[in-house]
Amino acid sequence: MLPDSNLEQVWVYLSASPLFGLTMTLIAYGIAYRVYVWSKANPLLNPVVTAVILLIALLVLTDTPYQDYFEGGQFVHFLLGPATVALAIPLYRQLGKLKMLWLPVLVALLVGVTVGGVSAVGIAWLLGADTPILLSLAPKSVTAPVAMGIAERIGGIPSLTAVLVVMTGVIGAVLGTKLFDVLRIRDCSARGIAMGVAAHGIGTARAFQVSTEMGAFAGLAMALSALLASVILPWLLGWMR
Amino acid sequence: MSPNFLNGITLLLVYQLVGEVSTRLLNWPVPGPVLGMLLLFITLLLSDGLESVVEPASSALLSHLSLLFVPAGVGVMVHVGRIGSAWLPISMALIFGTLITMAVTAWVMVGMQRLLGRRSTHAA
Repeated sequence: MLPDSNLEQVWVYLSASPLFGLTMTLIAYGIAYRVYVWSKANPLLNPVVTAVILLIALLVLTDTPYQDYFEGGQFVHFLLGPATVALAIPLYRQLGKLKMLWLPVLVALLVGVTVGGVSAVGIAWLLGADTPILLSLAPKSVTAPVAMGIAERIGGIPSLTAVLVVMTGVIGAVLGTKLFDVLRIRDCSARGIAMGVAAHGIGTARAFQVSTEMGAFAGLAMALSALLASVILPWLLGWMR
Repeated sequence: MSPNFLNGITLLLVYQLVGEVSTRLLNWPVPGPVLGMLLLFITLLLSDGLESVVEPASSALLSHLSLLFVPAGVGVMVHVGRIGSAWLPISMALIFGTLITMAVTAWVMVGMQRLLGRRSTHAA
């Protein structure tokens, strides 16, 4: 039998080392992804949501603060930067389509990015949210690393923005295809662009499950709207104040 | 780890680094990784062989993009108080803001294609 003090020492080691947070992130995602595949890609069982719920349950049960978990989680989180750079590849592959549809895509993206920011801030403002929340909400439809950068620049709370971005992505992924069916929008390029603008990477992941064409357009929209949003949103919010 | 994977991830990090440093030096509002993406895109347009170098690392990162959002998502536990005190404006902004954005963007995309399609048939 292990004496209690040894067990305690093991726990002291684990809570101070990034190993615990990193390993648990990968295991939780592995379980969440299997559940998702097993459910035949039910959008309600989005792997991000399942993994987050599993990890929060674990942290609460073991009384681990988020900061300690993030010591390990940051290694995964860090990869959002190179992943953003990597979006140049799908963008490059869609060059042919982009050349053909550049004007509709550009107009749709400009409108989408503006409506995305204004609708979120407007609705929350009407319902009485305070300024830090409004500023953190503004970039909610933009892919996480860029959204956090925008939040930082406009005076929001970057970590709150990250959470709101994930929630937005899940909402878009869950409701998107239903919405398009109700509105009778069948065009793959329109569905993809709308999904990428409104629900960034999580929406893009969902779009790829529907069809590769929709996914490609969603990826394109996510990458280009990140670029447009980082210019438009700070300017728009400066003007709104 | 294949040499291509290593070259690819190195290249992605170099572009991110160049992006981060330039946006800070020039005081641009664009986040570093986004400028890095744009610079990589321009480089891809100019050189033929580059795509195969970055491809393995890029598809590894992008195929599990959802995983990368998990640590940030767990951060919801830190903001439970703030989100809880403003749950109504936040949830309404998230749900209706996202639905409105998707609907308007899709309509503009369909409308623009129709508009341009008609124009080109008139021209023909």
